[in-house]
Amino acid sequence: MRSLIDIRELSVDEIDELVRVANDIIDNPAKYSEKCKGKILATLFFEPSTRTRLSFESAMLSLGGNVIGFSDSQNSSASKGESVADTTKIVSGYADIIAMRHPKEGAPLVASLNTDIPVINAGDGGHNHPTQTLTDLLTINREKGGFDNLTIGLCGDLKFGRTVHSLISAMSRYKNVKFILISPDELKIPDYIKQTELEAKNLKYVETTSLDDVINELDILYMTRVQRERFFNEQDYIRLRDSYILTPKKLESAKDDLIVMHPLPRVNEISVAVDDDPRACYFKQARYGKFIRMALIMKLLEVK
Amino acid sequence: MIIGQIKDGIVLDHITAGKGMTLYNILGLDKLDCQVALIKNAESSKMGRKDIIKIDKVIDLNLDALGYVDPGVTVNIIKDGKLAKRQNIDIPKRIVNIIKCKNPRCITTVEQELSNIFVLTDKENRVYRCLYCESKAK
Repeated sequence: MRSLIDIRELSVDEIDELVRVANDIIDNPAKYSEKCKGKILATLFFEPSTRTRLSFESAMLSLGGNVIGFSDSQNSSASKGESVADTTKIVSGYADIIAMRHPKEGAPLVASLNTDIPVINAGDGGHNHPTQTLTDLLTINREKGGFDNLTIGLCGDLKFGRTVHSLISAMSRYKNVKFILISPDELKIPDYIKQTELEAKNLKYVETTSLDDVINELDILYMTRVQRERFFNEQDYIRLRDSYILTPKKLESAKDDLIVMHPLPRVNEISVAVDDDPRACYFKQARYGKFIRMALIMKLLEVK
Repeated sequence: MIIGQIKDGIVLDHITAGKGMTLYNILGLDKLDCQVALIKNAESSKMGRKDIIKIDKVIDLNLDALGYVDPGVTVNIIKDGKLAKRQNIDIPKRIVNIIKCKNPRCITTVEQELSNIFVLTDKENRVYRCLYCESKAK
């Protein structure tokens, strides 16, 4: 059985197919309401996450399946020192598919190597979060009508922001995509991402510290949160937290058909006043997350 | 300096000068009870200076460890005082339990029983990344 640990495991054709199915689910939900009847999804969340866990659970329930799991490592045998491998082996006897979030990078890969049922990486530390990327791709597809010929601004924490790294990796496979990387110097995108995803593929990109200078060029503005849990030093976190805040004033010079995305939760990097702007897409984006996860669960369970 | 010939054993030749001790340690040669000679800075027409290790016994060598530390090494197997086999080492595509991941966020830092596996991701620059967290080997 196949798992999904890293977005790079999916071909462009497979992503296109997932997006096509997700779009069909949005248009014809009743057609899918019993596709996973009798199947069980285990959500193993060793680290709290409201949106990702609930969207996985809602996705499985909307497919007619059932859900078991835990939402905090304190409520699992991990608190007694059980390994990820052992937990996975046990849960594999109770469920047909696993969605795992873990604070340690690589934990879902360890799980997938120790089970015969599919494992979906629902976020491993600052490393991968492929279903967020699929959510982002579905949003871009629905709101921009495709993936080619887009200028994408990525703003905020580009160093630790795993959603940004995965999105660059996924979007770099489409035609004529340009990236504008907007961040303070301390949170610039790591060199290896630039080398492997941008320079090696001869993609156009610009690095800047000023959102104001480039906002008028963008088709997509992807905002990110500076996350406290990624910092070892509280002072650095506080200093960089407020680096970029999107306000209605900043949006004045942006294109009319810009879309503003954010993986959520936001803290203060998008002012609440922006929510009413028709270009704000982040709540829609969160809703789309459920439908792409439905398509993914079906694919991995090989349900037609 | 004269180091005697060996009858049955292994000669690791063409070791980059200065890497002999690293290989000695990583191959666990300190645990052998046979004679082992580590020659540093030997003269070499090809390399200028090189290190050589002679082991007075045929043992199972971890060729991946060898290839990771110094892929230019030549392994000579000696039997009855004669060269029985000469082997050049490739850069290994995957190394297991030779180095540890230094990323404090990696799953291997909390689950000690997991093997430390690194994968060659850039042959030209000899970059290895942790299988689990993709951190670069240091």
